[in-house]
Amino acid sequence: MELVKPGLGLIVWMTITFLIVLFILSKFAWKPILAAIKEREDSINNALNSAEDARKQMDALKADNEKLLNQARAERELMLKEAGEMKDNIIAQAKRSADEEGRKIITKANEAIESAKLNAMNELKTQVAVLSVDLAEKVLRKKMEDRSQQEAFVNENLKSITLN
Amino acid sequence: MNAIKKKSINYLVLGFFILTLSSFGAINAFSNDSTAHAAEIHATDSVSPAHSEEVHAPAAEHTEKEGIDAGKLIMEHIGDAHDWHMATIGHTHVTLPLPIIIKDAAGFHIFSSSKFHHGHDAYNGYKLEHGKIVAVNEDGSINESASFFDLSITKNVAAMLISVFVLIWMMLSVASSYKKGKGAAPKGFANLIEMGILFIRDEVAKPSIGPKYMKFMPYLLTIFFFIFLNNLFGLVPFFPGGANVTGNIAVTLVLALFTFVITSINGNKSYWGHIFMPPGVPKALWILLVPIEIIGMLNKPIVLMIRLFANITAGHIIMLGFFSLIFIFGAMSEGLGLGVSVMSVAFTTFMNFLELLVAFLQAYVFTLLSALYFGSAVEEHAHHDEHH
Repeated sequence: MELVKPGLGLIVWMTITFLIVLFILSKFAWKPILAAIKEREDSINNALNSAEDARKQMDALKADNEKLLNQARAERELMLKEAGEMKDNIIAQAKRSADEEGRKIITKANEAIESAKLNAMNELKTQVAVLSVDLAEKVLRKKMEDRSQQEAFVNENLKSITLN
Repeated sequence: MNAIKKKSINYLVLGFFILTLSSFGAINAFSNDSTAHAAEIHATDSVSPAHSEEVHAPAAEHTEKEGIDAGKLIMEHIGDAHDWHMATIGHTHVTLPLPIIIKDAAGFHIFSSSKFHHGHDAYNGYKLEHGKIVAVNEDGSINESASFFDLSITKNVAAMLISVFVLIWMMLSVASSYKKGKGAAPKGFANLIEMGILFIRDEVAKPSIGPKYMKFMPYLLTIFFFIFLNNLFGLVPFFPGGANVTGNIAVTLVLALFTFVITSINGNKSYWGHIFMPPGVPKALWILLVPIEIIGMLNKPIVLMIRLFANITAGHIIMLGFFSLIFIFGAMSEGLGLGVSVMSVAFTTFMNFLELLVAFLQAYVFTLLSALYFGSAVEEHAHHDEHH
């Protein structure tokens, strides 16, 4: 059958043509096209990977921020608590010291009053003594104005004195 | 964006144009009156000397009306020829004479096939006999003993050359578009071609061959696009299509041989080991197994060759068969021929769509099987015993 008998001419031309086509297409078409496709795929993959990395970094950053924020919140809470306690302490201490101070002042005042009273009393005693001596002197002076009386008094006193 | 859209629409329109033309081509052929049909048939028969005198005699048409040899018509359409018959308008054959190249003891003879006058005349000691070149003696009788090689640029060679030029031009223009838009997304035609390239790379080469696929990519891409384009050209019913390039056994033989040679060159130790020293079987059985393995190895390219040839040729035969029905019925009665033509055109249109699918499918299958053979040749059998 003619149909299944390969013609020699066609085989020869087909071989030559196909070799040329294979060579030209391999060198000038497939190589640059495949390289370009590969390059583009690589760049897309890189872009995707870097986007993924960026997303991961972003997530990490976000988590970090969250942690920091929580920490800050806890710290603020603590600080507020501490400040409250400190305030209470200060107020209590101030109260205590004020009481003490008051008490001290009162004591001091009492002491001052006491000593002033004592002084006044002493002064009064001296004054009374001086006045009484003066008065006594004046009384005596009045009583011993005449000589007779003076001699009578001395005599009387001399009698009471026993000479040994 | 708009330009891309416009371009892709252009391709679509072109595709439909080719399709509709292929079906209209059929309609046009049938819309002529029956005498013209007869002339058409004669034209294809004209290479046979028995009918050749009648072809050019108008009176002969009526006598020929009944004698339509559909088988012969189909065989001549799907076969090779030394001139490219494009159309017959009235009694004028529009043919493209092709160069005849003959190598014999005296050297190369190169001349136009028009010198043969469709088989009527001998030239330079050669003559066309049933479309084949034969050596003739001085008196015109066929010289059986003469040895020569017919290296003519036949219809198939010419069609293949045209398709190859188109293929190279297409791919180089795509390659240059990649150079221009470095790193950019492909557009228009380059996008379409890239789809094919990625298909071959990701669906055919990578899974079939494995990590060493890159080495075979140029060959796989070349055969895929070569077969696909020639299949499509074969579906176009007029010049520069219409030739049955991928449905010619010489063409598929060469393609299959390329696959076989590349497989053999790249076959590693384990590939050849499996053929000549089948592992896991007693040595006594090698006498039996080695020939089977060798037959299996040779069987692969033969199957490749026959599958493509048979598929494409069958498609052409079916379509031509539908056309011939019109002429056969037309020869019985004109009305019957017209009636049958409606059905024939419908079936042929359907077949055309089917053939478009087959054109892709066969290119894909050839490429896939080649890739599988390459894969078996370069595969590393690390775990011998697990396979057997």
